Amino acid sequence: MDALMNWLETQLADNSIFTLQTLSYYGDGLVTTVQLVFLSLIIGLVLAVPLAIGRGSKHAWVRLPIFFYCYVFRGTPLLVQLYLIYYGVVFVEGIQETWLWVILEKPFVPALIAFTLNTGAYTTEIFRGAIKSTPRGEIEAARAYGMSWALMMRRIVLPSAFRRALPAYGNEVIFMLHASAIASVVTLMDLTGAARFVYARFYAPFDAFLFVAAIYLCLTFTIIYVFRRLENRLLAHLKPAGG
Amino acid sequence: MKFQKILSLGVLSAAMIAGTASADVRDIRIGVDVPYEPMEYRTPDGELTGFDIDLGNALCAEIGIQCEWVVQGWDGIIPGLQARKYDAIMSSMTINEQRREQVLFSDPYITPPSAWFAPADSEIVTPDAESLDGKSIGVQRGTLQDNYVTDMYGDVADVNRYATADDMVLDMDAGRLDIAFLDFPIGKSTLIDSEAGDYKTVGEKISEPVEYFGEGFGIAFRQRDGELAEAFNEALSTLKANGTYDEIEAKYFSE
Repeated sequence: MDALMNWLETQLADNSIFTLQTLSYYGDGLVTTVQLVFLSLIIGLVLAVPLAIGRGSKHAWVRLPIFFYCYVFRGTPLLVQLYLIYYGVVFVEGIQETWLWVILEKPFVPALIAFTLNTGAYTTEIFRGAIKSTPRGEIEAARAYGMSWALMMRRIVLPSAFRRALPAYGNEVIFMLHASAIASVVTLMDLTGAARFVYARFYAPFDAFLFVAAIYLCLTFTIIYVFRRLENRLLAHLKPAGG
Repeated sequence: MKFQKILSLGVLSAAMIAGTASADVRDIRIGVDVPYEPMEYRTPDGELTGFDIDLGNALCAEIGIQCEWVVQGWDGIIPGLQARKYDAIMSSMTINEQRREQVLFSDPYITPPSAWFAPADSEIVTPDAESLDGKSIGVQRGTLQDNYVTDMYGDVADVNRYATADDMVLDMDAGRLDIAFLDFPIGKSTLIDSEAGDYKTVGEKISEPVEYFGEGFGIAFRQRDGELAEAFNEALSTLKANGTYDEIEAKYFSE
């Protein structure tokens, strides 16, 4: 590691912008971005599965609140949601004295809440569509076997819905990565925050943002690669024979 | 009829002569970052006002040109000048060596110090590395205060960087920040005066070392606009001599 650092230092010797210090900002930014996006996607996914099932419920009191949630979070910009959750809560009378403030005080958790609720709403809609488009034949076959609703959901509907939802969900993951670029408005030093810091400090927009764009590209390609592998495995039966 | 024509021609040529009087200095746009009370901010009905705005307008009137103000976020204000979105920056910008590599500065037109601001009940007495250990410090992103705090306390404290001074004040009110580092007049106006009794300054006002705190606020121009900078410098010394400058200063910095 020391050898690597020494090598880096000599490489960067005659360069005023990409010093070890600014690179460490980018490094910290990368960690923050990945943490934020990864955690919000996981929690959002866990949230979305029951919500997607409930979204298709025949009971209005289950269906309507979920519909409302999706409608609001898909209908407003993530930036606005982030502002409301970080700066807006301050105006709630007396919130500083409650346990909630411990959670909301630092910027990471409010950002995580905003991102999670946002991706949760989109993922719910993606899964709802996939569940709704389950071929009727599969459902009828499950019924003919005498499966209960829960068993049918678990064995037939959800697995096939997941497969159908995969390509659309892959896009959502990439959108989430790109959307996370707004985290620095609540003082988080994510990748974009690091780029803005370097930009403002060295007045070098091209160096700062081209470098961060390259990092985002690498992340995006990694996500695409992972989803391509997943699709190859899970959707193998849909490929043309011999293809 | 004929008389009118001659008259209008006369007015026209008079206007042309007046125009040629400052032929090499044309009408310009000036970039400014708001809000930064009392230096530049908007009145409740949206009008731009503040020390920089009044002084800038007075300077333009003295030079005899039309100036239009362009609002631009602080962290992109120098690149915006280089990208010709405007021809000058008059936005509480401190003259320092690093910026001088990018832009051409006028003479300093005011020299305010920076200062630490904290809630009135804060226990921080001296802002040194020891007492700021683990504290959250607020600064505006890309300011010299940001550079100073990042270099001096970046390793021990949690530096929160805000796009605008308003966001920072909001988080200060919310109790998310232990202390903030600002230009003294701005902190006095936004924290001490507007929230009577809630805030105090901590320690001394700071204007050293010069490598961080520079030589006062200057108007920034593109490197090759030397004539324009010269015209502003001349106008500034005229306004200082005839008392206009003192009038504007008294309006915004009365104790």
